[in-house]
Amino acid sequence: MMDRRSFFKITAFGAGGVLLSLAAAPEAEAQGRGGANAPPLDPHFYISVASDGTVTIMSKNPETGQGIRNMLPMLIAEELDVDWKSVKVMQANLDDKKYTAQSSGGSTATPSSWVPMRQVGAAGRALFVTAAAQSWNVPESELTTASGKVMHQASSRSVGYGELASKVATLPAPDVKSLKMKDPADYKIIGHPQTGYDVKSIATGKQQFCMDVTTPGMMFAVFEKCGVFGGKVVSANLDEIKKLPGVKNAFVIERPDVTTPVLPGEPGLENGIAIIAENWWYAQSARNKLKVTWNEGSRNTHSSASYADHAAELMKATPQRTIRSDGDAEGALKTAAKVVEGSYSYPFIAHAPLEPMTCTASFKDGKCEVWTNSQQPLRGRKLIADTLEIPEADIHVNMVRGGGGFGRRLTNDYMVEAAAISKQAGVPVKLIWSREDDMRHDYYRPGGWQKITAGLDASGKLVAWHNHFVSWGDGDSFASSAAMGPTEFPQRFVPNYSLQTSVQQLAIRTGALRAPSSNAFAFVIQSFIDEIAHAAGKDPVAFRLEILEAGRAPAAAAPPAGGGGGRGGFAPPGMNADRMIGVVKLAAEKSEWGKRKLPAGTGMGIAFHFSHMGYFAEVAEVQVDAAKKIKVNKVWVAGDMGHTIINPSACTNLIEGAIIDGLSELMAQEITVDKGKVVQGNYNTHQLMRFAQAPAAIEVHYLKSNNSPTGVGEPALPPILPALANAVFAATGARVRATPFAKSGYSWA
Amino acid sequence: MAYKLNVNGQTKTVDVPSDMPLLWVLRDTLNLHATKYGCGIGQCRACTVHLAGKPVQACLTPISLVKDQPVTTLEGLSPDGNHPLQVAWQDIDVPQCGYCQGGQIMAAAALLAKTPHPTDKEIDTAMNGNLCRCGTYLRIRQAIHKAAGNPVTAQAKTELNAQLAGE
Repeated sequence: MMDRRSFFKITAFGAGGVLLSLAAAPEAEAQGRGGANAPPLDPHFYISVASDGTVTIMSKNPETGQGIRNMLPMLIAEELDVDWKSVKVMQANLDDKKYTAQSSGGSTATPSSWVPMRQVGAAGRALFVTAAAQSWNVPESELTTASGKVMHQASSRSVGYGELASKVATLPAPDVKSLKMKDPADYKIIGHPQTGYDVKSIATGKQQFCMDVTTPGMMFAVFEKCGVFGGKVVSANLDEIKKLPGVKNAFVIERPDVTTPVLPGEPGLENGIAIIAENWWYAQSARNKLKVTWNEGSRNTHSSASYADHAAELMKATPQRTIRSDGDAEGALKTAAKVVEGSYSYPFIAHAPLEPMTCTASFKDGKCEVWTNSQQPLRGRKLIADTLEIPEADIHVNMVRGGGGFGRRLTNDYMVEAAAISKQAGVPVKLIWSREDDMRHDYYRPGGWQKITAGLDASGKLVAWHNHFVSWGDGDSFASSAAMGPTEFPQRFVPNYSLQTSVQQLAIRTGALRAPSSNAFAFVIQSFIDEIAHAAGKDPVAFRLEILEAGRAPAAAAPPAGGGGGRGGFAPPGMNADRMIGVVKLAAEKSEWGKRKLPAGTGMGIAFHFSHMGYFAEVAEVQVDAAKKIKVNKVWVAGDMGHTIINPSACTNLIEGAIIDGLSELMAQEITVDKGKVVQGNYNTHQLMRFAQAPAAIEVHYLKSNNSPTGVGEPALPPILPALANAVFAATGARVRATPFAKSGYSWA
Repeated sequence: MAYKLNVNGQTKTVDVPSDMPLLWVLRDTLNLHATKYGCGIGQCRACTVHLAGKPVQACLTPISLVKDQPVTTLEGLSPDGNHPLQVAWQDIDVPQCGYCQGGQIMAAAALLAKTPHPTDKEIDTAMNGNLCRCGTYLRIRQAIHKAAGNPVTAQAKTELNAQLAGE
């Protein structure tokens, strides 16, 4: 156990306002929303130094594979001036009074933590310097620090932080203005590859995931819900189920109807049947013998086929809404020298993180303890409080490593289910969803249809752009993650721009999937830009640079709302054309674009996309055979995420993963609905890219621009889909306008 | 029904139904959590363990078929956690979320036991059944080469360059 006494408080940072103003310091401000959006941190407890010098740093955010348990402590450790190898990382549990913002989503952790977490470290260092100065009765200005020691060169003395820890605990906190941050040239931890803190425990089987939590007296639970959202149990053979081997209990959880025409982002606890057993196999085996009569409600008439038919009707009709209109797109299309039209579509897809939804909950005497891998545990706690009608203060949330997130764990249905089941069963339970539960009860990446019409002038310059986007919603509201904002590219890069939308209702939940909206929009927009380039007789790289040049006008004027990548109120600043030009040129240079002679059946494609404050351009080289089998020879990535890559090892790993993730989405993933129910249930019907199909090489290049660092979890993904599609066109002359490509007969070689 | 098992060199007796998969016996009865559930149908192989030295999917192996064949899980792969693959996984910084990695290491260990110096193609064939949702395949390949003492691959050089560029 950690020695709580050795923790010290950095109380001067207690006033959120102080930190907020610091977070808005010039560098962070230059970054835009990331800095100004920094959470009003109130870090009571981040750093603990034991008397033997062991440094423990709390990591406040959920870890689902994005490497946050390295990154946040690295920022603190650097300014605290300790050796990374001496640092023990400890996962903070949910405590919004201490840690304020504890979530994982939107690639926001880097921009929102870059300044405050280093300040926490610098404040810690300052306290050790003060403690040493007082002990030795020398001026602080004569002291230096290194490797967890304070040194006084004049008297050749040094003292370890551990020896000062008890004194530090009694000191008033340093004045924020007095904090001296390191010269980046002196960084020993930041900017250097650091192996994940948990890799050893993962490689040796000691790492605890949410699935592995146990608590005394715990039983295992499964929860059977209707395949149609909102369906209710009419009757079930519960008496028979209760007699099966290992089964302890079986009961119905009753819930009121959700009557909105489009489901809200988090509709909450659903009606269903819980089975409690000694182990999960007993519970799941009993579930296979369940005989349930469901009242499926009215959503059982929905199907993918009827959605597609309705979308086609909407596409022919006058658009319902105009989201944005610059200039006169309709007029410019009439007078354009050349008009190009493309109709694109993409399906619903599931998140399917490898660890299925699981949560352990113990409800006792009106209080609840939960163990969760939620990406938004604070929202999960509120959902439990609202659903079970207990105060949030009576809910203790333990944060446990998650086996992937990708946005699925932004929503907390499985968390409230575990709490409700524990309450009704009267015992602690570990709820485990089967893979089929996970795939059939997801918050799906919304599918969509886009018909884009572009006009070129006589010189082949893009002068008009009209997009009719058919999506999901009701009236003026869009379903979760189904909107397109008024600044979607190429808005402000083309003089006549029009974005119009139409929506239809749907029966399934939708939500944010890694690089939400961007993961679909980039495919459409960057594929279509390729079509226009070819129609204009221009090189795809040169044509893109021409468009970007046209938008170099003041980036600061760009409106912040909506746009590619906007999610849950996080609105990135407008795209800076110069930064995008930089990565497009870098990707072209590194891939030797246009300079290599490629064999027949081989082609290269390029695409770029701005999302979550990150600038990415990617080139794919593919080989396509007569049977439409695609081999990805190589992918080149150029990314601009600011002047510092905090952990180059994790960053490069995440980028490679984003490429493979995007290729999975492109080729094989599609969720369909029949009679209101999701058809696909496992990885055999909703496929991931496999080992032998992965690109032989992914070459990652970083463009260091003079901007504050931003996140990498999401922005590297979107461009790979259109880059691949454009490469297939270059190789074969076939333009594929719908994902998944498997539906057009393609497969991986 | 009672079954006597040899797991990681230790004899264990469990009383479970004959159709209970080895996966759930390991996890829920023996509290050995390194073997993961991901799909239950042999699609992801996060549950890979060695049965008499051969890689099998514990989710598809009923306990009644185990008999006296020794079972090795990630917890028992090496006495001190220093199997060359476990070391290489750290050197290459392979995992992202880490959930599939136990299965990956067990599949790779079975490969190296049979083929000490595998080619890329042999690695592809041996590892193709193991899914990684985070997409760490390129690093897994590097780590296997490293554990095998194979020459540095082109992708390893590319990776190193990217990391240096990041510094």
